[in-house]
Amino acid sequence: MKKLRTAVELEQWRDQILSQHRAEKPCISICGGTGCHAYRSEDVADALAEEIERQGLNGEVELKVTGCHGFCERGPLVAIYPQKIFYQRVTRDDVPEIVAGAIMKRKIINRLLYVDPVSGKKAKFEHEVPFYKKQQRLVFGNNGIIDPKNVEDYMAIAGYSALSKVLFEMQPEGVIEEVRKAGLRGRGGGGFPTARKWEECRNAPSSDGIRYVICNADEGDPGAYMDRSLLEGNPHSVIEGMIIGAYAIGSHYGYVYVRHEYPLAVTNLSMALERARAYGLLGEDILGSGFGFDIKISRGGGAFVCGESTALMASLEGMTGEPRPKHIHTVVSGLNGKPSNLNNVETWANVPLIINRGADWYSQIGTEGSKGTKIFSLVGKINNTGLVEVPMGITLREIIYDIGGGIPNGKKFKAVQTGGPSGGCIPESLIDLPVDFDRLTEVGSMMGSGGMIVMDEDTCMVDIARYFIKFLTEESCGKCVPCREGLDRMLDILTDITEGKGKEEDIELLEELGGVIKETSLCALGGTAPNPVLSTIRYFRDEYEAHIRERRCPAGVCKALITFSIDEDKCTGCGVCARECPQGAITGEKKNLHVIDQDKCIKCGLCRDNCKFEAILVS
Amino acid sequence: MRIGAYEIMNAYETVKAIVDRYGGKHDSVIAILQDVQSEYNYLPEDALRAVASQLGLPLIQVYGVATFFKAFSLKPRGEHVVHVCLGTACHVRGAPAVLDEVKRRLGIEAGETTEDMRFSLETVNCLGACALGPILVVDGEYHGQMSPGKVKKALRK
Repeated sequence: MKKLRTAVELEQWRDQILSQHRAEKPCISICGGTGCHAYRSEDVADALAEEIERQGLNGEVELKVTGCHGFCERGPLVAIYPQKIFYQRVTRDDVPEIVAGAIMKRKIINRLLYVDPVSGKKAKFEHEVPFYKKQQRLVFGNNGIIDPKNVEDYMAIAGYSALSKVLFEMQPEGVIEEVRKAGLRGRGGGGFPTARKWEECRNAPSSDGIRYVICNADEGDPGAYMDRSLLEGNPHSVIEGMIIGAYAIGSHYGYVYVRHEYPLAVTNLSMALERARAYGLLGEDILGSGFGFDIKISRGGGAFVCGESTALMASLEGMTGEPRPKHIHTVVSGLNGKPSNLNNVETWANVPLIINRGADWYSQIGTEGSKGTKIFSLVGKINNTGLVEVPMGITLREIIYDIGGGIPNGKKFKAVQTGGPSGGCIPESLIDLPVDFDRLTEVGSMMGSGGMIVMDEDTCMVDIARYFIKFLTEESCGKCVPCREGLDRMLDILTDITEGKGKEEDIELLEELGGVIKETSLCALGGTAPNPVLSTIRYFRDEYEAHIRERRCPAGVCKALITFSIDEDKCTGCGVCARECPQGAITGEKKNLHVIDQDKCIKCGLCRDNCKFEAILVS
Repeated sequence: MRIGAYEIMNAYETVKAIVDRYGGKHDSVIAILQDVQSEYNYLPEDALRAVASQLGLPLIQVYGVATFFKAFSLKPRGEHVVHVCLGTACHVRGAPAVLDEVKRRLGIEAGETTEDMRFSLETVNCLGACALGPILVVDGEYHGQMSPGKVKKALRK
């Protein structure tokens, strides 16, 4: 390994990598992302390696364990290059056939292909799968063709060429201007114009010239995992983005603040940093340009509030992650009191793309106020769970029905929750809403980091509001009164409502409290915390009223308001429910109708879960 | 939990090796505590004292960090750690009922350890494997598409 000392050497190295690469050489790419990993894709990857060895094909077939391919619902996923054949739900047993098939170019294993549930057609290639068809995977798409542990793979797709262009052909101000023209806005939640942040940080006075560039990888929104997948699958794109940003800002010190719950992201990122340093792409005198910048990893301790800039920086300094008032912004006085620029993982990963393809190209994608693409994690009551990257301005309907494949089990769509715990619930009546920063805010929600949780008719909106407030109560750092005490009171009221103890005036009280918390909290956590309650009241007031006035949970979720009973027509008297009931609340003669003793029932749901005849009713 | 003089010496040495690895810097306190915890499986009081004295920080600051962040436990954890994911996707798919069933079977609340020190029960905000929700993790092994009825089998191992 030799340090690259000029831009020419970088290109020579790239040419060398590309010349060794035989495009026609079969490559089996298996997804090692979190979802597929949970489906034991590791075992399949091991089996693939063994099988390639056993068939004596080591030089003939390449095996790549990559980051997330996105379509988590159908994992473990395998793609065969160069044809881009798409296999799903792959098991160890399929391995010998896959390896043999990869060598015999035309052989496709039919049973592993994705079947479109609507048309019944089999999709041979990734781009034929409806889940991928409407996506525009500019940032995320490379995950499937890169081994994150291998910097050569990143080089082969024009990696670090944006860095070289910036260092040798552009002035820092020009870089900022390009990002401004591209219209890039922060992907972490706020949607603040990235170029403005960079410029303010660059221009902020620093007595010793120290400025920090930080990557926020403290992805805390439950149900959002795109940042993790980028860091795990394509760490060099984030590193390259950060170096470009540092050059534009005039910073020599960088940090990545990453959740400790993401061990694979930490491992892959550490390895990528090491390689980048070894090749002279990071550290002193990058590519012989005279510009130096290095990055340290800091593992977070697991606190939602640390996604907030001042809290994150406090945590980086080794203190408890409490925010401070932002009369002076962190771009002026942040980490260690120095100008500090914080952007999230996805924002950084967009930067090399903008430099490589130009602001004019980039700004054609998206809507007037929101440019480019956004990665969403589409989860909850949806057929195709996964990570999707779509151009800004696409409608919710396209995401949920065309890409997501609609709602499972023939249920009715009720709402989609965006923006994480501080976001809001968007009802069915707004399903044709184009998704961008401003439109989501208009309807009382927000973009957030891109979580998109789909809810069906069986989801209780009061319970969901309570869930988020409970989450935020636990994650509130406790420093300021409105957030600490206000959220606690909101939780009390919501708990009362879900337990059938709600009072007529509770809704107005929640609205009033919510307003005060939004106005007076210290940081964005409190400032947005009431959103899930306010948006559900705005769009689902009737559900609140049913809980309060009729002591009824229309979705059949709130335990205190539901009863379990047995359907006379469906019960066969098999006795399974009676055996499973931990309370001994179910009685009945063999082959006769069973009954539930309501006084003993704790509504654990074991009877419904175990009944093979769907005879347990919830009302 | 207090430990004997021998263990205190031990804690001092163990902590020193970790602190040295980070160059004894204040801003590494979170990383240091993470490493101390992976050594002991929790943060014993004497180890916290050792961290504070070796970094030259007031104990209250180290204690503050140790109690602020979710990753840290001041109590020893059981032989098997059971995680129930309470992320939003798991929640809408019925995670609360799964948690209730785990609590009932183990006889403990979330954040507690059974008396025989065999099981600790913890909840997590999201595991990022939403396609499998609701998820129960026993000693790192994922059990997906959980329902109350499947808890018994998942815990049996």
